[in-house]
Amino acid sequence: MNDALIQVRDLKKYYDNGRIKALDGVDIDIRKGEVVVIIGPSGCGKSTFLKSLNLLEMPTEGKIIFEGVDINDSSVNVNIHRQKMGMVFQHFNLFPHKTVLGNITLAPTKLKGISKEKGRERAMELLRMVHLEDKADAYPAQLSGGQKQRIAIARALAMDPDVMLFDEPTSALDPEMVGEVLDIMKELARGGMTMIVVTHEMGFAKEVGSRVIFFDGGQIREENTPQEFFAHPKDPRLQDFLSKVLI
Amino acid sequence: MTEWFNSLADTFYRCFIEDSRWKWMLEGLGNTMIITVFALMIGIILGIIVAAVRSTYDMNGAAMKKKGGPAYIFLRIGNFICNLFLTVIRGTPVVVQLMIMYFIILINVTNGVLVAIIAFGINSGAYVAEIFRSGIMSIDEGQIEAGRSLGFNYIQTMIFIIIPQAVKVVLPTLFNELIVLIKETSVAGYVGVMDLTKAGDKIRGRTFEAFMPLFAVAAVYLVIVIILTRILRIIEKRLRKSERR
Ligand SMILES: Nc1ncnc2c1ncn2[C@@H]1O[C@H](COP(=O)(O)OP(=O)(O)OP(=O)(O)O)[C@@H](O)[C@H]1O
Ligand SMILES: [Mg+2]
Repeated sequence: MNDALIQVRDLKKYYDNGRIKALDGVDIDIRKGEVVVIIGPSGCGKSTFLKSLNLLEMPTEGKIIFEGVDINDSSVNVNIHRQKMGMVFQHFNLFPHKTVLGNITLAPTKLKGISKEKGRERAMELLRMVHLEDKADAYPAQLSGGQKQRIAIARALAMDPDVMLFDEPTSALDPEMVGEVLDIMKELARGGMTMIVVTHEMGFAKEVGSRVIFFDGGQIREENTPQEFFAHPKDPRLQDFLSKVLI
Repeated sequence: MTEWFNSLADTFYRCFIEDSRWKWMLEGLGNTMIITVFALMIGIILGIIVAAVRSTYDMNGAAMKKKGGPAYIFLRIGNFICNLFLTVIRGTPVVVQLMIMYFIILINVTNGVLVAIIAFGINSGAYVAEIFRSGIMSIDEGQIEAGRSLGFNYIQTMIFIIIPQAVKVVLPTLFNELIVLIKETSVAGYVGVMDLTKAGDKIRGRTFEAFMPLFAVAAVYLVIVIILTRILRIIEKRLRKSERR
């Protein structure tokens, strides 16, 4: 209980004065080094959940205790905490006016006061890790989708986050590029990074997931180890969902 | 034929050479340029402020409302004032604004050019504000999310990520505002400023020749606008190239 990196308590997010309940009371503890995979039908609140964790969406109610601090408290400077929570988006969201190197070094140099040279060195290290050291001076428009996503991962890692949030990182990719991005993520997982991953890649969940979570209607419906989760799903809606997803 | 030519030359002489009337045109052109350039500078500064307030309110209003406090109240009042400003300025003719400025608000200021600069500057500020705001709004929301998720605060996200991209979007429209403004300043004569149009009109009054001075005025505007439009095309081409990169 006490080794939880993130504790989420009764998290709610309503839109339209409560008519839409994107999150309807979510409780979860995420321990250091865990890889939590979230699946669920479209519109069930997966993105809202991830964005609430770093307050890109303001929760309507609830606590998000990150490294001992309730970051949903209005007196907390959330920018500091966001530096420790890397985020990777479905549509990459690279900065088009910056080179690959510029994308990666922008936040560390501006926010952490890291020198240009140090930032560059670290960026090149990360680029080697994502196998794109030859693209340092390219602009995002010159990269393939898979390359963009690997750069986006490197950009998030450059802040040395304690947790990485992935929102369907491979959904916008051509099939042949999915593998190269998942490989990087698996490597990251094996390296001990705490990860929360929204994805439809069940293979990834089985291979490196510590836990798999099924979201539906803004709530956690089921939560289990990958083996149990896929072999013996209990919730009828999960059974239904899996029968559609696993062909 | 020669007779017609001679009378034309005579008219030309009376309109522009006699009494050095061409100097009026030159002075008028100078005033038109001064009013336009300085008004645009005021417009840009005012536009940045108004666009910043309005965009901040649009994008952060909800989050700030939750936190509450004086910052949110200031922002809300600021947003209200900006909206009022935009409605009034864009809802009334610029000539009327100019006259109100000259005959009522700045009645103690005798320098008509200065009054015109202020009036056109304020007017242009309303339009420039909307140009800037639409430029900021045109940037994908994912860019803000990416910036904020890295730990940049709202202002840093704007400065390092959104505005550099928005400037590219906005530059052609902003340049177009310059072209529009040059023509709009032609009503400066209403408050006794000797701009290009007024100069032509003055020559018409002295010489009782309407054709030559008025067409000369039109030609000067046209040449300026054609040159500026050319420059605008070059800017657009450059920007498109940098996008393809
Ligand atoms: N800004 C918003 N205003 C109103 N409703 C919203 C807003 N954002 C999300 N919603 C609603 O909240 C619910 C959850 O959305 P969310 O994007 O979290 O779903 P998701 O599980 O990520 O779906 P997908 O798999 O399609 O990405 C949906 O019903 C959605 O329509
Ligand atoms: Mg989603």
